[in-house]
Amino acid sequence: MPDMIETKPLVLGLENVHTHIDQHHILQGVSLDVAAGGATILLGRNGAGKSTTLKSVMGLLPVSQGQIFFNGQSIETSKPYEIARMGMGFVPEDKAVLSTLTVAENFRLSMFRETEKSHEKLEGVLDLFPALKKFWKRQAGLLSGGQKQMLAIARVLVCDHTLLLIDEPSKGLAPIVVDQLAESLIQIKDQTKVILVEQNFRLAQKVGSDCFILDDGRVVFHSSMDELSRDKIMMKKYLGI
Amino acid sequence: MTTEPLNFQTRIYPFRQYTGWMIGIGLFLLPLIPMDLTTYLTLTVAGISLGMLIFLIASGLTLIFGLMDVLNLAHAAFFAFGAYAGFTVLNLLNNAGWIDSANLAQSLFYLALALGAAGLAGGALGMLTEKIVIKRVYGNHLMQLLVTVGVSFVIVEILKIIWGVNDEVVPVPMGFQDAFIIFGVFIEYFRVVAIFLGITIFVILQYILKKTKLGIIVRAGVENQEIVKATGYNISWIFTLVFAAGAALAAIGGTMMAIFNQAVDPGMGDQFLIFALIVVIIGGLGSVTGSFVGAVIVGLSFNYVAFLLPKMALGVNFMIMAVILLIRPKGLFGRD
Repeated sequence: MPDMIETKPLVLGLENVHTHIDQHHILQGVSLDVAAGGATILLGRNGAGKSTTLKSVMGLLPVSQGQIFFNGQSIETSKPYEIARMGMGFVPEDKAVLSTLTVAENFRLSMFRETEKSHEKLEGVLDLFPALKKFWKRQAGLLSGGQKQMLAIARVLVCDHTLLLIDEPSKGLAPIVVDQLAESLIQIKDQTKVILVEQNFRLAQKVGSDCFILDDGRVVFHSSMDELSRDKIMMKKYLGI
Repeated sequence: MTTEPLNFQTRIYPFRQYTGWMIGIGLFLLPLIPMDLTTYLTLTVAGISLGMLIFLIASGLTLIFGLMDVLNLAHAAFFAFGAYAGFTVLNLLNNAGWIDSANLAQSLFYLALALGAAGLAGGALGMLTEKIVIKRVYGNHLMQLLVTVGVSFVIVEILKIIWGVNDEVVPVPMGFQDAFIIFGVFIEYFRVVAIFLGITIFVILQYILKKTKLGIIVRAGVENQEIVKATGYNISWIFTLVFAAGAALAAIGGTMMAIFNQAVDPGMGDQFLIFALIVVIIGGLGSVTGSFVGAVIVGLSFNYVAFLLPKMALGVNFMIMAVILLIRPKGLFGRD
């Protein structure tokens, strides 16, 4: 694998990470280094282990072997809430909002510490997603699919994160909404490092600076997004494009 | 000649949206037919106070069963444990000779001491139960049933070892043995205290769940633990607190019921667990408002029917539950 973006400091490192879900051996030795700045995309077919990688990093799935470093600190045995407090944000797949809470309550929940700064940040986030302001008191479960996804991402932006893990944000969204989402993600990655799991290659290409391809629970390819776009053999072999 | 289209909903039956309320008020006033107004009012006050006592145990069950989805059959044991904790405090005060001479203010103070002790003891027991037992069986209803039945046996046996298997008479502060009369209705002070306490706990629970950050975290945690954990909250600790709060409410309800019945016995919780389950199901799982309304319905119907057809008193509550579930399978305030 070619070395990429080695000049920037590492935000996240996985060394030979194995994860089991029940009796299934999902991650079979994932190793990757993610440098600060921009957006890194995790690509791969369904079941390749992309979402499991994010959940393992976030501590939501126990790692059975290997090490995970976040900003130089070992976190593979840390609890999810401890990892979140270290500055890692996570947006699960399937428009993960708290549907019984209002939009306002979703944001209040996200502000782990309600400070003046977090309220200022909220103003900025609402400027990025103005539709959410309109539905401030509406129950999140009543929003449209696109609005739910906006809320799911906007929720994590009100905190001071150094790394955002976003799992398949475009899943089930109309193409026009995906375009809006891409614009938002481009703005977000300028401020915070983003690791994005994405099946929509067009969106990945638009947002991502570098990528890892996973297959059968292992990293099989690492390059810049531009390099991957030119490598038709790799794209055909691992992404079916 | 043109005629306006007939709007059935507004022309024939303009009060359609108030149907539920009208049926409710009709049923509430129905017992007036076979009894005089004074008896009706006496039974109504007694029914509401009984309802509030049932609400105290049901509100705890709402938190544990309705919100956290834990089938907790040890709730009755928490109730009995709280009753004995309160009884112990009242007994100590009685042995010191303070209860016999208590006026209303002093009686309220002694009650607060007994309830505080019951709440703390129940909360601590609940916390211990959650940490040692419940934590391992989240999401597994069958295991929850089995282990909480086991916990219940253990607690009841401990009560028997410490206080004996027989009933004990609970000393009631003198101030609560007085009564006042309004419109010919004889009202004991303790019933007013029970109503006041029930309403206070309802308001506090509603405020915490709807208006505070803790309430938002609890509601969010019930819906999606993954998101709450990934936001930075230690949800397992928060759930321990909710479980402890539910147990504390059961324990407070136990002390109130012990004073109401002037007796405690190790198996006293079983009968009230049935009431509490009916209330939680009528009101809708997880709804504190539902439990409050359900408790008032159960308290009133039990008292009216106990007066008119004593043998039907408990059975009528099962009938009400069946009718409500037929009309609204999720309960009166349950979410679809």
